Amino acid sequence: MKKLLNTSSNVSPLRAPNNGKYRSISLPKTPTGIRGLDEITFGGLPKGRPTLICGSAGCGKTLLSVEFLVHGATKYDEPGVFMAFEETEEDLRKNVASLGYDLKDLCDRKKLVIDHIHIERSEIEETGEYDLEGLFVRLGYAIDSIVAKRVVLDTIESIFAGLPNPSILRAELRRLFRWLKDKGVTAIVTGERGDGTLTRQGLEEYVSDCVILLDHRTREQISTRRLQIIKYRGSTHGTNEYPFLIDEHGISVLPITSIALEHKASSERISSGVTRLDTMLGGKGYYRGTSILVSGIAGTGKSSLAAHFVDAACRRGEPCIYFATEESPDLIVRNMRSIGIDLGPWVKKGLLRFDATRPTFHGLEMHLLRMHKLVRETNARVVVVDPITSYISLGDTLEVKSMLSRLIDFFKAHQITAFFTSLTEGGSALEQSEVGISSLMDTWILLRHIESNGERNRGIWVLKSRGMAHSNQIREFVFTDHGIELVDVYLGSAGVLTGTARAAQEAQEKAEALLRRQDLQRKQRNLAHRKEALEAKIAALRAEFETEKEELEKDIIEQEHHEGVLEQDRAAMAKSRKADASSNNRPNGQKGE
Amino acid sequence: MPAANLTKILKPQNDAWVLRLYVAGQTPKSVTAFANLKRICAEHLADKYRIELIDLLENPQLARGDQIVAIPTLVRNLPVPIKKIIGDLSNTERVLVGLDLRPAAAAKR
Repeated sequence: MKKLLNTSSNVSPLRAPNNGKYRSISLPKTPTGIRGLDEITFGGLPKGRPTLICGSAGCGKTLLSVEFLVHGATKYDEPGVFMAFEETEEDLRKNVASLGYDLKDLCDRKKLVIDHIHIERSEIEETGEYDLEGLFVRLGYAIDSIVAKRVVLDTIESIFAGLPNPSILRAELRRLFRWLKDKGVTAIVTGERGDGTLTRQGLEEYVSDCVILLDHRTREQISTRRLQIIKYRGSTHGTNEYPFLIDEHGISVLPITSIALEHKASSERISSGVTRLDTMLGGKGYYRGTSILVSGIAGTGKSSLAAHFVDAACRRGEPCIYFATEESPDLIVRNMRSIGIDLGPWVKKGLLRFDATRPTFHGLEMHLLRMHKLVRETNARVVVVDPITSYISLGDTLEVKSMLSRLIDFFKAHQITAFFTSLTEGGSALEQSEVGISSLMDTWILLRHIESNGERNRGIWVLKSRGMAHSNQIREFVFTDHGIELVDVYLGSAGVLTGTARAAQEAQEKAEALLRRQDLQRKQRNLAHRKEALEAKIAALRAEFETEKEELEKDIIEQEHHEGVLEQDRAAMAKSRKADASSNNRPNGQKGE
Repeated sequence: MPAANLTKILKPQNDAWVLRLYVAGQTPKSVTAFANLKRICAEHLADKYRIELIDLLENPQLARGDQIVAIPTLVRNLPVPIKKIIGDLSNTERVLVGLDLRPAAAAKR
């Protein structure tokens, strides 16, 4: 519980610098221990002062008061006094026993005093001036007996019904609140809501420090409880109406909108569970802590994509929550098994938690609160809401949008990656996401049927993804027995080819490739042949040349030899004729002439 | 309720009427109420009554038993049913009505 409080205080908008300064000089406060209430009051109720809690019958005033005391007694070591003007001690005990509070035990341990004040008008006769000293004495005695720090007067206004002379009562009440302040106890005074006023007897005039209004209203047969701090003197406080929830753990108030947008942005990337989709998302998948919207008409595979994402998260060992608004968990697990994603083991391991609630079961705020609670209980890192569009029937667009933005705020503040699916009506533009929530989303993936050649195929594309270079391609994906697979892109003359057209194209391309390959091989073979032929020719020529060369050389040698012989003959002849030497110099060719 | 807790017990001889007057200290209202009560009792109940005066400042725990809120409060424990009369008892008529003494008073007349 303490841990929860701590985490929630991290979210408190007080981190804004201007507010931080404010806080340091603000009033001392008494924590109520009620989840959420301490957040919106920035610490609790004003310490040592009375707080008025008003609201119509059945809105939870008494319960809130009891919780204030019980938490005080158990968590903060501040004993409390409960002055019950309406219920008897026994009734009160029984009523809160269902929340696990054992008032009797607290009373026995001197942590709590319950004093039932019963005023029966019919038994009482007024005979002159009186005051409420008796009440003071009782209260004072109760406070002193256990050194109480907290006091609840529930519902003090009923003394107006029990005692005559309102003017005396008013004066006495004024005195009572002053007296409570002097006593230094932190008090809660509850009051029934009147016509046009906060309380029937105008108690808000006397209790001026802090006024909290509880409200319980029903719209379209769905009821929502709300809490609003009307006034908190000397302190900043959330001024909105905050929905609150009464369940088996008591009250939790939902402080929804944090004032500033100051989420930390993680640069960590997590896989979408589909490898090729990760590739489309800048190669690494989604950023952690962002919100992802997947929209498409029925049967485009939104839930399967969600299942992939959850499966991947569970594989990483991260706790997940799957909020299913249209299918039962069993159905989802079975269906996903058919495409090879088995979520069952994760559920068994406790990593994955399904929460299937019909949207109409609660109001929007209650859903929001439930989600908050579940997320805090399970410490989930990944949350799937499938489909988010189911909530639209619960309120008008503005409400839904504000709920979603609060939800997204919450997830972001806790660095939870949220995966929403959005069911688009057939016929409407795909890009028109139902409640204009797309602007709140960091990544928006569209799934659609691509109709061509008499068949429907599934296409996926990333419409936006903040902070990453995402693919701009429209990719076809198919369901296989091991999940969603993105298939290769084939562009035809009419755009992206899908389905059988893609398959045909694939086959054709295969055939063409084969042909090309064969052609190439043939050409290569040709070349080799030519080369061989050429080489053979060259060899033949060379051989021919060699023989010719040999012959020629032989001729040359013969001729040279012959020439030498002739020369010798001529020289011998000249010698014999005694010719002059100069005739020796004549060239051989002219010799014969 | 043990008698030791009672601050003062007046005329304990007859238990036909047991009247408890709750006060908180000696405030003017308390004093007036006590005086008025004694007077009315003397006038209308003769000896048949007992007055227990309880000062809540001394015995605050007693306030719870008789569901005391207003001061002064006069509680008629006997005869049953229990009746409560708040205020300083200055309106004798209403005190008599509150104590169911009106018919008795009328009979006396």
